[in-house]
Amino acid sequence: MKFRAKIVDAACLNHFTRVSAMIAKLAKTCTLRISPEKLNFVLSDRVASGGVSMWCELEQENFFSEFQMEGISAENNAIYLDLTAENLSRALKTAQNARALKIKLTNKHFPCLTVSIELLSVSSSSRVVTHDIPVKVIPRKLWKDLQEPTIPDSDVSIYLPVLKTMKSIVEKMKNISNHLIMEANLSGELNLKIETELVCITTHFKDLGNPPPASEDTSQERPPEQMAEVHVDIRKLLQFLAGQQVNPTRAVCRQLKGSHTFHRGAGRLSARPPWSGAQDGPGAHLTGTENYLVSNKIVHFDLLHEDVSLQYFIPALS
Amino acid sequence: MKCLVTGGNVKVLGKAVHSLSRIGDELYLEPLEDGLSLRTVNSSRSAYACFLFAPLFFQQYQAATSGQEALRCKILMKSFLAVFRSLATVEKTVEKCCISLNGRSSCLVVQLHCKYGVRKTHNLSFQDCESLQAVFDPALCPHVLRAPARVLGEAVLPFPPALAEVTLGIGCGRRVILRSYQEEEADSTVKAMVTEMSIGEEDFQQLQAQEGVAITFCLKEFRGLLSFAESANLSLSVHFDAPGRTCHLPRPAIFAVKDSLLDGHFVLATLSESDLHSPALCSPELHRLAPPLQAHSTPHLDDFASDDIDSYMIAMETTADSKGSRAVPSIPLSPGLRPPCSPGPFSEDHEAEPSTEPGTPPPKKFRSLFFGSILAPVHSPPGPSPVLAEDSEGEG
Repeated sequence: MKFRAKIVDAACLNHFTRVSAMIAKLAKTCTLRISPEKLNFVLSDRVASGGVSMWCELEQENFFSEFQMEGISAENNAIYLDLTAENLSRALKTAQNARALKIKLTNKHFPCLTVSIELLSVSSSSRVVTHDIPVKVIPRKLWKDLQEPTIPDSDVSIYLPVLKTMKSIVEKMKNISNHLIMEANLSGELNLKIETELVCITTHFKDLGNPPPASEDTSQERPPEQMAEVHVDIRKLLQFLAGQQVNPTRAVCRQLKGSHTFHRGAGRLSARPPWSGAQDGPGAHLTGTENYLVSNKIVHFDLLHEDVSLQYFIPALS
Repeated sequence: MKCLVTGGNVKVLGKAVHSLSRIGDELYLEPLEDGLSLRTVNSSRSAYACFLFAPLFFQQYQAATSGQEALRCKILMKSFLAVFRSLATVEKTVEKCCISLNGRSSCLVVQLHCKYGVRKTHNLSFQDCESLQAVFDPALCPHVLRAPARVLGEAVLPFPPALAEVTLGIGCGRRVILRSYQEEEADSTVKAMVTEMSIGEEDFQQLQAQEGVAITFCLKEFRGLLSFAESANLSLSVHFDAPGRTCHLPRPAIFAVKDSLLDGHFVLATLSESDLHSPALCSPELHRLAPPLQAHSTPHLDDFASDDIDSYMIAMETTADSKGSRAVPSIPLSPGLRPPCSPGPFSEDHEAEPSTEPGTPPPKKFRSLFFGSILAPVHSPPGPSPVLAEDSEGEG
């Protein structure tokens, strides 16, 4: 297994730093998937993350001037590493005035991602900052839980308003209730609503626009004014919004007719989303163990930050 | 005592107090003939800081009213810091600062004369105290490095503010290396990120140390002096002696800033890296001059002017508590940066010294060690030396 890459362009470096800062806000630990063409930051919906999952993808050639990798084998030419996102973000932040940045997979008593930064210095001498970020190599057999999600059909998909505005509204609502209702329809209307015994507060967004439907049939059936609603934990939504420092080039929100198959075996409750692994599809049944098929919605955020795509899934409250 | 600080020096004084507040909770204020000294020590005695402001720093400086002895006092750091809490405000509004202390009052009076005729008076209660001094001499340290504070400020920038300790050493090609130090925890599953900064020799004004020497000290405490040096645009020098295999008593590291009007010293304990079995923490040895330490009845308590300062300082320098045994870092520094075997020049004396001997300083005699002068006794020793309780600090 080998990995080494280099960034020399200041703009690319800043962009990569911003991406890592965003990931650090969205997840404490995540998986970095390295493949010949792409880098992915993946968070699979573990119980620990409260069912939230994430898939962030960037094309390596948009960032790195040099990129070499060798996966664990020729057929499985990828590397999966678990790391603390904050470490990578902090390491990259020290590269403000860097002449060059190199990242490589090393083994210094334990596997590390070593970030080596050559700083521009006023004097003639060079200054080098090195960060050894401890990583855990994920074995091949666990890779299937970390694949790109396939997006099931959605009831409604809508373009989002300016995320900063949305964030400040959701922040204020959090003080009143943890339970947020998101309503959207195909006429470009989005409502954020909280309801308590004493008060009900709704913020209405209009004229947001809807992305063209993925498949013909589903959208045509649905009356445009009809609202599709989903209930989410406001803190999860807020964590997602807090990670978006810059407004994305494009932001779409979909309410997915997802279903989680809760698979109970050997006393451990784990949730496997319908899309982990090529075989399982929505509503798959597994024999031999207890299964609880729960039909549950998922809110899917599909963002594009320049050339980095981010997909974020928040499960609905049941 | 009466001191008057004016103009930009008020902010410098305030900045010094901020630096000292990073170390200890009590401020020892002592007007000397050489100037006003502000000192502090941390609760575990592993860090000592001292600023001395020369008489010329003040518009008016009167150490002691004639006929009276100079007063020493100990004030809560919080109280003194409150006077200079907002340096920005101090810089903008304070024109003069007057610090006065008279024997009759029970308060240290700090009066700020501000713009528009505003006068703020702080009456800070204090305690009488002994003189606080650490025994150290930068000249005894074989290794020195000196650089503008800006260079060192940039050097510590990559390290997280929460990082407790850092290792400073000389690497291959005479590059100065700073590396984050993590205490190794046996059962920790989550390893911490290790950050290393490497700076070329050319950035240093003085580099007198061989490749391979290294010391580990508390970064948080060092930042206190660093921020002062950066704001005053001074150079900072680091004097140290790296422990070797034969010299297993690591010395504290001395960080110093100096200009014509002031002197600042931070003496920080260092970790021993050489011996796995006896991790030792060497703290600056501190003495309170009254009550005097138990003399194992040395008869010549009266006159220490003739004593050899050097032998005194070695005698006094002992390792402090070995409590809180710190684990030796198991990750060695990069090849070429190994703690050396060569002991410092005084290690032999070090070994010879009986480590339990208190090494009595002259009782009630004032010694200003960093200026190498011995001032006149404040009180004459009372007759044949009474057997008094030994000052137990520093003996673990």
